[in-house]
Amino acid sequence: MLPKTERFKQGARETLADPVIQESMEAVYNGFHTNRQSAGQATEGWDAQRDRGRAIKEHTIANLDYYLEMLTDKVDANGGNVFFAEDTAAATEYILDLARARDVKTVIKSKSMVSEEMSLAHEMEAVGIEAVETDLGEYIIQLAGEAPYHIIAPAIHKSQDQVAEMFAETTGTDPGQTPEELTTTARGMLRETFQRADMSVTGVNFAVAESGSIVLVTNEGNGRMCTSIPRVHVAVMGMEKIVPSMQDLGMMLRILIRSATGQRISSYVTMVNGPRRDEEEDGPEEFHLVIVDNGRMRLLADPNLREALYCLRCGACLNACPVYRKVGGHSYGWVYPGPIGAVVSPVLSGLKQAKDLPFASSLCGACREACPVRIDIPNMLLHLRHQVVEGPREVRSVGRVERLVWKAWRFGNMKPGRFRTGGKIANLLGRPFARGGTFRRVPPPLSGWTRSRDLPLPASTPFRDRFKKRRSRGRG
Amino acid sequence: MTCLVDQFRPEVGESVVNVLERLGVEVDFPEGQTCCGQPAFNSGFQSEAREVARHFLDVFDATEGPIIVPSGSCGAMVRKFYSEMFEGEAAERERARCVGERIYEFTEFLVDVLGADDLYTDLGPHMEDTATYHQCCHLERELGVDHQPAELLGRVKGLEMLPMYRSEVCCGFGGTFAVKFADVSTAMLDEKLDNAAATGASTIVAGDTGCIMHMAGGLRRRGSDQQVRHIAEILDEATGPGDQANGAPA
Repeated sequence: MLPKTERFKQGARETLADPVIQESMEAVYNGFHTNRQSAGQATEGWDAQRDRGRAIKEHTIANLDYYLEMLTDKVDANGGNVFFAEDTAAATEYILDLARARDVKTVIKSKSMVSEEMSLAHEMEAVGIEAVETDLGEYIIQLAGEAPYHIIAPAIHKSQDQVAEMFAETTGTDPGQTPEELTTTARGMLRETFQRADMSVTGVNFAVAESGSIVLVTNEGNGRMCTSIPRVHVAVMGMEKIVPSMQDLGMMLRILIRSATGQRISSYVTMVNGPRRDEEEDGPEEFHLVIVDNGRMRLLADPNLREALYCLRCGACLNACPVYRKVGGHSYGWVYPGPIGAVVSPVLSGLKQAKDLPFASSLCGACREACPVRIDIPNMLLHLRHQVVEGPREVRSVGRVERLVWKAWRFGNMKPGRFRTGGKIANLLGRPFARGGTFRRVPPPLSGWTRSRDLPLPASTPFRDRFKKRRSRGRG
Repeated sequence: MTCLVDQFRPEVGESVVNVLERLGVEVDFPEGQTCCGQPAFNSGFQSEAREVARHFLDVFDATEGPIIVPSGSCGAMVRKFYSEMFEGEAAERERARCVGERIYEFTEFLVDVLGADDLYTDLGPHMEDTATYHQCCHLERELGVDHQPAELLGRVKGLEMLPMYRSEVCCGFGGTFAVKFADVSTAMLDEKLDNAAATGASTIVAGDTGCIMHMAGGLRRRGSDQQVRHIAEILDEATGPGDQANGAPA
């Protein structure tokens, strides 16, 4: 997917003005966020489990080369093929070549954020291969020609009416269908595609190094259909999606699913150990695992950002984030929205273009609190902000005015006399324009504030003067 | 004292001093102090922030005893982020650690150091009002001061505390965020003020002057009767001489 990360402010304004989306986004907090909190409270030793989960990720990412090699060996031994793709172009090329070589006409996809990085469905359609998303949310946004709005609920921004209308347009169903009827409609359409598909592309929630298994977590069962019906199965994963052992997998599933939807376990957890064996009746003839870097090595190389690779893609940080709820998913301009997107998108798709993202946060810390593995997202945002201001020339992008403002700020704060005088001058200059001690409008760079809030005039007697007076009174 | 209190809400500073003095604490205000450096640090201007932080350390390293700040944000800056900012400078980092260990947020100091019981047995806080508490983000999530303010407010006689829906959600201040992303910040503020209004309380209590200025500015623009006050102001009024003179509440 081509990043449009420079459009953040414009996207945010559009979303704020859209009452349907604002209404839909309430579900993110009232549903997912609240369910996650209840699930955590109902789980004995929940915080200790999160710590354990974090420790597993820390260990795995610190030894990523070792576990990737182990995974590769095991997948090979299980009869699958592993392909390492440095970037999305290489990953896409591998999959398209494979599809052509196997004479594939129809591909079914289950949810995969990495395939969104690749725009895989588009790329396939462009070369004449039918590519159908089988996750209901993904299916809806594919019909709408949009990018996912949320990591686990891609169509969360669409109202029931909008979906019904869209289905009516594309399939001729009654636009007054209820959610149950809509699901049945989608199910009927998808069922037919499942049966004629030659190839599937799925994501990977976890890859277990010691056994070479890949694990899919779904609630709709589409993942299992994808991994069992077509003759070729391709799984794509970001290189961080690895866990060392089955035992670790158990822990990670516990915290992932509770954090994502608040369920104790999803309706389906599918484990794939390579292609069909001679004695087996179902399953694909071929299994391919495509492991994608696409900038992740840059995260790994930077100790300030490495934690971003601990992410399980559960979406809990999005659900907790008051900014995400207001600006929505598309404003972030790339595959990953919300707090984790504000860290990952700039690194994976270019910081200069995405320079607004690290700043589009009040640093409230709700994301870190919600994160099952306690990723310190606010701290990483601070690091990226620092990069934008003082980083290498190719990422630096701050206007001259802002630099001057902070220089002046520094000057004013280096001596208490200057600080005090600054306040006095602001008070004197501002006084004629203030009403009842506040301003209704001020000029830039502070004009954003007074768009919706009055700004107080600095006090005519600051605290330091009052304290001094108090002391002299006390002694006198 | 924080720079925002000094310049915009000096009454908060006076309340802090009043309450501490009533509890027998000797209070000093080192005159050299300015800002802790957080605004620049949070905006990515670490060089500027580091210089101002150095000045802060110069001023407070020369003093002794606990440093009490009526703000979670500034407290977190000194306690948590100074050490990151001075990562490459061992001596400065050590100085930051020593000063950081002496930093207490106001309610944290009252409850964890002085012990809130003193405040209640000795001062018998009392005031007639209805209030709702906004959980300031940095206080809660950076400093972990999560129960102290509610404990203090809950024991003020006559003060009816009304629960606010989503009280833990950010008010949208976020320093320069409120200016750079004014639309988003405003949407967050509107949600907060709607939830605060729905409580029917006459006062919103909060622990950070940034958030207070933000909510107060919004309330004023709305023409609302609700007011926002710092928890120090509440405790000051509740333990004030007026009440003591009257003895226990009727």
